[in-house]
Amino acid sequence: MQKSKLGLDFEKVGYAKQVSKHIAEDVQKFVDSYTTVAVERTLCRLLGIDGVDANEVPLPNVVVDEIKDKGVLNQGVMFFLGNAIIETGLEPQQIAEKIAAGELDITKLPTHSVEEAEKATKPFVDKYIQIIKDRKAKRDNYLNTIGEGPKPYLYVIVATGNIYEDVVQAEAAARQGADIIAVIRTTGQSLLDYVPYGATTEGFGGTVATQENFRIMRQALDKIGEEEKRYIRLCNYCSGLCMPEIAAMGAIEGLDVMLNDALYGILFRDINMQRTMVDQYFSRLLNGFAGVIINTGEDNYLTTADAYDEAHTVLASDFINEQLALIANLPEEQMGLGHAFEMDPDLENGFLYELGQAQMIREIFPKAPLKYMPPTKFMTGNIFKGNVQDALFNQISIWTGQGIQLLGMLTEAIHTPFMSDRYLSIENAKYIFKNMKNIGDEMEFKEGGMIRTRAAEVLDNSIELLENIKNEGLFTALEKGIFAGIKRPKDGGKGLAGVTEKGANYFNPFIAIMNK
Amino acid sequence: MSGGLYSTDSQDFDKTLDLTKIKPYGDTMNDGKTQVSFTLPVQKGEEAIEAAKQMMKKMGFENPQVVYVQELMEGFTFFNCYGNCVHTVDYTSIIVPKVESTTMDMHETDAFVNEHIGRKITVVGASTGTDAHTVGIDAIMNMKGFAGHYGLERYESFEALNMGSQVPNEEFIAKAIEMNADVLLVSQTVTQKDVHIKNLIELVELLEAEGLREKVILICGGPRIDHELAKELGYDAGFGMNKYADDVASYIAQELDRRLNS
Repeated sequence: MQKSKLGLDFEKVGYAKQVSKHIAEDVQKFVDSYTTVAVERTLCRLLGIDGVDANEVPLPNVVVDEIKDKGVLNQGVMFFLGNAIIETGLEPQQIAEKIAAGELDITKLPTHSVEEAEKATKPFVDKYIQIIKDRKAKRDNYLNTIGEGPKPYLYVIVATGNIYEDVVQAEAAARQGADIIAVIRTTGQSLLDYVPYGATTEGFGGTVATQENFRIMRQALDKIGEEEKRYIRLCNYCSGLCMPEIAAMGAIEGLDVMLNDALYGILFRDINMQRTMVDQYFSRLLNGFAGVIINTGEDNYLTTADAYDEAHTVLASDFINEQLALIANLPEEQMGLGHAFEMDPDLENGFLYELGQAQMIREIFPKAPLKYMPPTKFMTGNIFKGNVQDALFNQISIWTGQGIQLLGMLTEAIHTPFMSDRYLSIENAKYIFKNMKNIGDEMEFKEGGMIRTRAAEVLDNSIELLENIKNEGLFTALEKGIFAGIKRPKDGGKGLAGVTEKGANYFNPFIAIMNK
Repeated sequence: MSGGLYSTDSQDFDKTLDLTKIKPYGDTMNDGKTQVSFTLPVQKGEEAIEAAKQMMKKMGFENPQVVYVQELMEGFTFFNCYGNCVHTVDYTSIIVPKVESTTMDMHETDAFVNEHIGRKITVVGASTGTDAHTVGIDAIMNMKGFAGHYGLERYESFEALNMGSQVPNEEFIAKAIEMNADVLLVSQTVTQKDVHIKNLIELVELLEAEGLREKVILICGGPRIDHELAKELGYDAGFGMNKYADDVASYIAQELDRRLNS
């Protein structure tokens, strides 16, 4: 049995995980029988279909829209593409180009059996499985040769809107000591039902996530990493309506970290819950297989709900996210479960409560590279105090051994970070992480004290919440506004039209391969 | 690089406060002391420091001191500087347009509406356009409010609907018509490349095209918005940082009273 510094009752933790497993399995029953336009477009990409047509529509959209418009989305693209390969002797990319040119209707070809269609697609499936494996091997090789920075990894964002300018910002951050560079996406991309194509230089509040942009940044970070003798991880956003597609692009281009949380999309982007749960499963399979660390978005609950009162909702959501990830065969070592330092700075002993909660989450998910979010809600524009708030946040992180430290910026609430803001933030974290390195080994928490009491209370409250969610089912619980006080109807939100029950000819060979 | 514990700067300037010629204050009236930090796209070195000093002089600082120099990466150097500002401002001639209302607390506002309006005031709010941030609109509208200031949803005298984020202007207007809204509340957080300005202007234009502009109280808010900007863009009022639901609610109640009863 693991020893708790907080006197946590691990039987309760085990029980909470069991309850969460039930919740996740209940969701999975639904997920297993459905597919979505995003999942199907992902399969197109994994067969090598890329590029855009004359109207800039991505070819995966062209193919999937074609079978959707013909009312046979439920049979899946694999079946039609497999069939088309047999009938035409063409490769998937050529087939997609012919569909775009209006020269081929893959739904009207003579049909072969599912087994034959699957056999015809196998060489293309195997090719992309190998590409992803090679990418993973390349990362592992870097980690084994040049190595990486110590945990907590220093995570900073770049958000200029121009991928080439982002590279400059990323280089500066990496040279100063950043371990993870997250390229913030342009505002609104999560609601696009396609992934834009090519290198981009225009974006609002961030840069468009495209495969080419991934490639440009990956190449730059590899070069910097080699020079700095430290592997630099690249993070993007595998969320919104193109969740699994972006997971596939990331797996192909060697991304290391992906924001990946259906609950976040449902609550904060009003994405339909059925759609995004199906999308999330396939995206997590891909992320798990590619060795990509996922980050979940629980911290966001606290931007609308109170960080003290609603701490148990964060923990409950972490429990559920862990189980949803395990179902998708994603290893614990890749689960960047989220939480945040968001209590009101005026709260007396707020630091102690934050410390108790951070230690609690650390002990409950011992192998997870926990993603710890900095203060944002109570950052005011007083940059001097902001730097102190970030310092308290950094102290808790090193004390409790967090995995991924999203560095707070003293200019939070003012602008997207300047190059110098990132420097000051990294300097702050490095100073504290070094100066207080082993404080967690040295300090214990008083029995019956505020910190232990707080942790026990949050765990108890989260168990009560999980039991409620289990009884209601996750979908119903979300309809009732269980997280962040936000209610979302099961049949509302964006993207529902792209969901369909799998038909008789449906097959997705990647699920079995990635579930091994 | 430090100037030592005690300042040896020349002290031969007038140390009396003159509101027609105010200057930044360090520790002595009219010393003009100002702290500035910036990055120059050059490598660290004596030339970089000299460049920073010259930059300070061009910005209007005498006696520029570069107190901290840090290379951020090759070709970029960060500076912390101090200087004595040579410029002055005539404080007595300043006129700033302000939201003309007295801020009341929730109960006072409810009582005011009860007495002067005699019905609930309908407010529709949203973070419009591509803006995904709800923090601003939530702070003003949600039941809980922000920093101890309850949001409009908690007011008995308001019928408040928060449509959340990324609401297209057209949808926002459609909802306003459907609810027969008295007040439209728009929050804008993302300001990169002035996207908020374009979006705010578009809303005004759409309202004018629908013939609705004069029928509603139109308010915008956000960290980079102030009343002056709001007026310029064709809004009735703007609320920036450190404004809470009380400020907005008080303004709405008093403005609607002005419109209906005077």
